[in-house]
Amino acid sequence: MNRMMKHYLFWPLCVLGALLLFNLLYSPDFFSIVLRDGHLYGSLIDILNFGAPLVLVAIGMTLVIATKGIDLSVGSIVAISGAIACLSISKGSDQSSLGLVMTAILSSLALSLVLGLWNGFLVAGAGIQPIIATLILMVAGRGIAQLVTSGQIITVDSSTYEYIGAGSLATLPFSIFIVTAMLIVALLLTRKTALGLFIESVGSNPTASRLTGIRSNMVIISVYIFCGLCAGIAGLLLSSNVSSADGNNAGLWYELDAILAVVIGGTSLNGGRFYLMGTVIGALIIQTLTTTIYMIGVPPEITLVVKSVVVLAVCLIQSETFRSTIMTRWKTRNYPGEKEVVRHVR
Amino acid sequence: MSVNRKFIPILVTFGLFVVMFAAGSFRYTGFFSLQVLMNLLVDNAFLLITAVGMSFVILSGGIDLSVGSIIALTTMVSASLVQQQGWPPAVVIPLVLVMGSVFGYGMGAIIHYFKIQPFIVTLAGMFLARGLCYVISIDTITIDNAFYTSVAQTKIHLPGGSFVSISVIIALVVIAAAIYIAHYTRFGRNVYALGGSEQSALLMGLPVAKTKILVYTLSGFCSALAGVVFTFYMLSGYGLHAVGLELDTIAAVVIGGTLLTGGVGYVIGTFFGVMIQGIIQTIISFEGTLSSWWTKIVIGLLLFFFILLQRLLIARRSTLKL
Repeated sequence: MNRMMKHYLFWPLCVLGALLLFNLLYSPDFFSIVLRDGHLYGSLIDILNFGAPLVLVAIGMTLVIATKGIDLSVGSIVAISGAIACLSISKGSDQSSLGLVMTAILSSLALSLVLGLWNGFLVAGAGIQPIIATLILMVAGRGIAQLVTSGQIITVDSSTYEYIGAGSLATLPFSIFIVTAMLIVALLLTRKTALGLFIESVGSNPTASRLTGIRSNMVIISVYIFCGLCAGIAGLLLSSNVSSADGNNAGLWYELDAILAVVIGGTSLNGGRFYLMGTVIGALIIQTLTTTIYMIGVPPEITLVVKSVVVLAVCLIQSETFRSTIMTRWKTRNYPGEKEVVRHVR
Repeated sequence: MSVNRKFIPILVTFGLFVVMFAAGSFRYTGFFSLQVLMNLLVDNAFLLITAVGMSFVILSGGIDLSVGSIIALTTMVSASLVQQQGWPPAVVIPLVLVMGSVFGYGMGAIIHYFKIQPFIVTLAGMFLARGLCYVISIDTITIDNAFYTSVAQTKIHLPGGSFVSISVIIALVVIAAAIYIAHYTRFGRNVYALGGSEQSALLMGLPVAKTKILVYTLSGFCSALAGVVFTFYMLSGYGLHAVGLELDTIAAVVIGGTLLTGGVGYVIGTFFGVMIQGIIQTIISFEGTLSSWWTKIVIGLLLFFFILLQRLLIARRSTLKL
């Protein structure tokens, strides 16, 4: 039991389980899934479908946070990517043609890669604190997205593009497959190759990692590029789901939700360790919470209060276990001075 | 003439402000007037007050994302108490100031005692304050209380035909007080020491816990005061007031030459940081054809420029560092 409690997925799964249990008690048909016209419908499917962009962004964010960084610009990248794709599609004569949609998707993904590279360059190349380096793109990126859409909402009428975010494959929403694919890629890259170890090593100590022969800067840059790519795909999912791009509001506060998902999933903002599965659970918790709040008929604005309570609760739970199990040892190792001071003061 | 290196960022900020104002004056008729300068203060009084609180937080090595939400909550509480409950403003204003301070104190205490990153705690505070606004009311509450409207309409005439509002006086007093606190009191020195290195501050026997919590309390107080000023400015309470203000505030502090790692910077730099943001908006409104999103792009570019500048200065100073 004790070992189970110490497992990193224990607390996130508990919270998710509690949320689902509450839903089950509140409305028993929450778990019912019906098959209609070859599509599955149900609250659980909705959670997976609407949560897909958040899961994607959070996966990218996890790797960035693992290197002791943070990427505040994901919300803006989400907006830019959707805006670019919708703009290029809306200019075409035949909006549903596969070639046009592919060009649009590839160009917005390429741009997301470039934006990620820009963040990575600022952090690793210029050595700027991540929170600030990405703040630049967060502020300017929102402006760029508005510039691309001219402050309007661009709507497209393309059944091909709509498929990405609203279509379904084998009775399940197509977005779920994209997210699963990205998750598998991330898991394989980080857990089956040495890359994951490199990321954690850079997160604990970039200088020491460099001295042991890891190219820290390359690792950091590639992590930010990956995060940019994830945000770009999330932007495509979001904009294709509603067949329109909104430079003002698309992906607004996404960075905060994504960071929240990562933290709930047990990844520390101090870097050095990351749990991709924890992040996925964290993102699902946030999405379930939102769905629950809609369902019980509370005004959606009050989601924020609940969210803040959840954040604090999760952080405190983690901090408590952290303190009682590891902190005491960790503290004496890293802050010998603190004990000294305390002893002298008393 | 040699200038102390630590003053370079602040001089660049000040120089940029002068250059932008001069460029605006050459380009647009009617730009070069005292009133344009005064309007910068009138329109940004609340941002100035918030940025002062934020400067202390950033100087201590932390960050406070909750400022915009606390402003919104303050406008909401003021509006609902004054307008719907009929409380006198003389009771409401001190009450909301205390509320903001307690909010900040709570966040500071959680940050210090539970050792959770300021980013996450103030993020939770941001959600909480914003959500509480909607618990009070989802719609705008307009204020037509005599005291609030008279404060909002009072113009203090200056020699030269220009005028400022009462909010500007409040903001200037706050700035002056902040400069005194930051540079001439024990608390100010503790904040700088804490931002320089928390462990060293602890080893020197400085009251780290007290300072850290007080910094967030101060930021909460400043946000609440900014909320009061914002209520005068908007004459309403609304849950969507001041959305995204935390970013403007952080940008102003950074443009003002304060290092986000803490320990380096000046309150007066923040003042010019806010003024530069104000002047960008003024130029864009004078230009007429430019859309509002150019403000964001320009502020992003300026952020980039200033951060790079700081980076270069640090790189030169500490070549020993790996």
